[in-house]
Order: sequence, then structure tokens, then C-alpha cells
Amino acid sequence: MADRFTKGMARNVYYGGGVFVFLLLVGLTFDTMLELPKRDHRENITQSVANGKHLWEKNNCVGCHSLMGEGAYFAPELANVFDRRGGGDEQVFKGFLGAWMAMQPMSVPDRRKMPQFNLTDKEVEELADFLIWTSRINDNDWPPNIEG
Amino acid sequence: MKFESQKVAKPYFIFALVLFVGQILFGLIMGLQYVSGDFLTTYIPFNVARMVHTNLLIVWLLFGFMGASYYLVPEESDTELHSPWLAKLSFWVFAAAGVATILGYLLVPYARLAEITYNDLLPTMGREFLEQPTITKIGIVVVCLAFVYNIGMTVLKGRKTVINMVLITGLIGLSVFFLFSFYNPINLVLDKYFWWWVVHLWVEGVWELILGAVLAFVLIKVTGVDREIIEKWLYVIVALALISGLVGMGHHYFWIGPGEYWLWLGSIFSALEPVPFFMMVVFAFKVVKERRHEHGNAIATTWALGTAVMAFLGAGVWGFLHTLAPVNYYTHGSQLTAAHGHLAFFGAYAMIVMTIISYAMPIMRGRPQGNPIAAQRLERFAFWAMCLSMLGVTLALTVAGAWQIALQRLPESGEALGFMATQDKLAPVFWVREILGVVFLLGLVAYLSSFFVGATESEVDSLEAAAV
Repeated sequence: MADRFTKGMARNVYYGGGVFVFLLLVGLTFDTMLELPKRDHRENITQSVANGKHLWEKNNCVGCHSLMGEGAYFAPELANVFDRRGGGDEQVFKGFLGAWMAMQPMSVPDRRKMPQFNLTDKEVEELADFLIWTSRINDNDWPPNIEG
Repeated sequence: MKFESQKVAKPYFIFALVLFVGQILFGLIMGLQYVSGDFLTTYIPFNVARMVHTNLLIVWLLFGFMGASYYLVPEESDTELHSPWLAKLSFWVFAAAGVATILGYLLVPYARLAEITYNDLLPTMGREFLEQPTITKIGIVVVCLAFVYNIGMTVLKGRKTVINMVLITGLIGLSVFFLFSFYNPINLVLDKYFWWWVVHLWVEGVWELILGAVLAFVLIKVTGVDREIIEKWLYVIVALALISGLVGMGHHYFWIGPGEYWLWLGSIFSALEPVPFFMMVVFAFKVVKERRHEHGNAIATTWALGTAVMAFLGAGVWGFLHTLAPVNYYTHGSQLTAAHGHLAFFGAYAMIVMTIISYAMPIMRGRPQGNPIAAQRLERFAFWAMCLSMLGVTLALTVAGAWQIALQRLPESGEALGFMATQDKLAPVFWVREILGVVFLLGLVAYLSSFFVGATESEVDSLEAAAV
């Protein structure tokens, strides 16, 4: 590197640049926090949605599935499963989810196996409410199609 | 070795490699479950295997970073480690907590583990990479505090070299950003937003400082190039890593709720993230070319160069491949993400740990000029076997990802193939990935064997002559 660019200047770029960009990130985060309520519709987070999120976490669903594209890539995306399997109808989706959870693990040879989690009817309802709320987050129109 | 206390690094390195073996074995189990859904599934469901695979990775890299710091900071500071006793104690605490957590994953259902560790008191479990019970997370914080305190006190009483300063900012950042793992709001969007403050700010932020500092240290040692030159490069590389990487976090904010300006910010800043990795390649090859002496530990130099190249490929090239928002719209959460993840973690972080082990272990074992020729030859074979097979795994997953996107993402709803049907079509590629995974394991076995290859008689004689 050129001699005119000294180690002292490099040091200043590191500390100065690092701090400046970190502050920029903090500023952008504040702005995002102001914008998010309009996009995540947090006013619709009921106790049931909250319980559903805990169920999602307690059973490590993200260990196989993705949710808004994040998680494992072993099993289908679930942020839009309400649209895919419920066609936008909450009762249809809840009926589907209950039946689906009850029939695991399916005895199709070599098919990837979903464990049996022994959820109660109330828990299935809560999990469904969480997934329905999640499907309505404004995520810039992702995924590209219904298959996720 | 200049200071006796550097030796506390040894158990850290050994245990890191033990966990590394576990990580690869569980990776192979998952690879088989991808194509043969019944394999071991009643004993180790996929989600458990994945949790073990990723958590072992994180923990062995942390052990590696800690070992690296305990080894190089006293030497850089030109003083003994502040408290070797504390370093030994935290090794055992961390190892016990790590083993107990992995056993917890394997022996009881995850929901039960959440209950017996009182997750409801402060729910932090069940999020990708942060699956550890809350009590384990608290343990990690305690170990990190002891570690940063020990390293910090050593730096404070000794020389404050550039390598020391960059390393310590990285380690403090690592500890501070981990605290976000305790924030788990009910609102999924907020949860995800700040989850990245651990995950992204670790791997695309402060860990790069640790990587740069360790690489610079090894390069000074094996090339003898003037510290002034190396330090200037180090500053520029880590500066660019932070400047591109911090707001580059926006590439994770495209599709999880945050607003549209992140599409621009994330694309532009993260498109610059390969630049520091490219500079790392130029830097490593330049200083090796301008080396002042021929270090007897030639394989350590190979590891250092290999780290720069593979990190550039994995983090830089494979990251750039899908970081622009219009591309990422189709690639997000596909097998392409997995391809990038594998090569980036291996190339940047697994390899920097093996670089410092390759340099420091022989010295701690009384071989200042590196291992015997035969051992180095075997280690070199292992280097190539692991690098090439991991490149192969990455290429296989890249093909799988592109194919998956073509079948499942690009067509309109109604015409697109469903997820499971698509995965069935990808099975041949997943088999290739699994076979290359087995080759990687063989490379790892060769690597571990190289530690047990002894010196020939003439080498022993010349060592003894040098010691006299």
C-alpha cells in the first residue's frame, strides 16, 4: 500500500468508520421501530398468538421448517402455510392443521418424518393463530408463489 | 513459546477438535435423512441432529477462538496471561456446560428440556442457533466475561499491539452482541430483527475481527514480514469488514417485516462485503511472497493462505451470489443458502481455527519449527481433502439450490412444484453431497492422525542438537 496512507490513517478508518456505521445502523433501527407497527400488525397479537409462538419455539419447529425463509430447509416454508393449506379461511386451516398434526409421523417409507408432538386441541388452535398472524406480516411480498 | 501461560490454549484446541468430529458425524446423519427419511429418525429426529450439528459448530469455534486468544495475547502483550488458573477453570465450566447441553438435546424431547430448564421463566429457546436452554446461555455469558476479563487484563498490563486491539474489540463485540439472545419478544418481527444482532453481527461483523487478528498473527510468525506492514493491512481489512458488514445486515431484513429501504441498503452494503475478503487474499499472498525467512512449519503457512482463499470464496463469492434483493427474492431460504453457509463457515472460521492450531500446537508440544516432515505431509493431504470435499459439498448444494428455485420458485402459483415433490427430484444431488461429506470425514480423520505421526530418528537428532 502507498506510503502516503499511514498506519495511523488506517487506524482512524477502523475506529472512526466502525463507530460511524454502527451509529448509522442504530439510527436506521430506530426508524424501523417506528415503521414496524404498520407492517407487523401487532395489534392483532392475541394471547393465543403469543401461546402459539411459544409452542413453535418449545417444539423446535424451526429445526426442520423455515418461517419467512429462515430456519432449516428440510421441510416446507410455513409463513404462508395458511394461504397454501387454508386458502385464506381460518376455520378450514385449523381443521387441516389439527388433522395434519394428528397423523404424524406418516408411514410412507423413506419420506422425511415429522415427529408426533401430541398437541392438545387448544394448542393446535394457538399454533394456527400464530401462523395465521405471521402470514399477514408485510414481508415485501415474499415468497414468490404459494409453494414457499 | 515465549510464555509458560500460553499453554492453557492446549486443552481448548484439543476439545475444539473433538467437538468438530461430532459436528461432522451429525452432519452426515442429516445428509442421509435428506434422502432416506427413516434413517435413525425415531432416535435422532432431524431437528435434533441439526441443532447438535450447528451448536457443536458454534461451540467448537468459540473454543478455538478462546484457545487462539490465550495463545497469542500473552505473546503479543509480551507478558504472562493475567490468570492461567481462571482460563483453566473456565475451560472446564464451558466444556461441562457444552456437553450437558448436547446430551440434553439428545436424551430428552426438546419440549421436555424446555420444561426442566424452566424456559418459561425467561423464554429464549427454540430459535435457530440459539436453541440452548436459558441456563446454558447464562453460562456462556459467565464464561465470556471471565475470558474477556482475563484477556483484557493481559492486554492492559502489556504491549497494546494492533493485533491485540483488533482481537479484543472483536471479543468484546462477541460478548456484548450475544446478550441479544436473551431478548425474545412475542412479536415475531422484533424477535427476528434482533436475533440477527447476535447471528449477523457475529459472523459478518465481530468474528471477522477475530479472524483478521489471528491470521495477521500467524502471518507475522511464519513470514517474518515487518509488523508495520501487516498491521496496516489488518486495520484496512477489518475497517472495510465493519463498514460493509454492519449495515450489510440489511440483506437479512428483506423478507421478514422491515421496510422497503432495507432492500436498497442491504443490497448495496452487503455487495461490498466481499471486498475485505478479497483484500485478505491479496494480503496473505503478498506477505508470504515477501517472507523474510523459511519457517519449518510450512503447512501452517498453507492453512493461512487457504483460509484467505476459502473465506473469500465462501463468504465473499457465494455470499454475493444471492445478496442482491432481486436475486434473493428467489433464493432466500433455499439450498443455495445452505451452500453459502457451509463454505463460509468452513472457509473463514473452521479454517482460521485450524490455522492457529497448525501453527501453535507443534510449538506447545516442543517443536518450534513445526511437526516432522511425515506429519506435515499427512496434514497437507488432509488440508486438500477437506478443502476440496467442502467445495464439492458447496457445489452440490448450489446445484440443488438452483434446481429447487427453477422448479419451485420461478413458476407461477399453480404451475410450481410443491416443496416435498421438489426435494424428491433433488435426491441425486443430495446423494453426491453425502458422499462428499464422507470424503470430508476421511480428511478430518487424516488431519487428526497427523498429530500422532512421530519424528524420524534423524529429525529427533537434529532437534536435540538444536536444543543443546
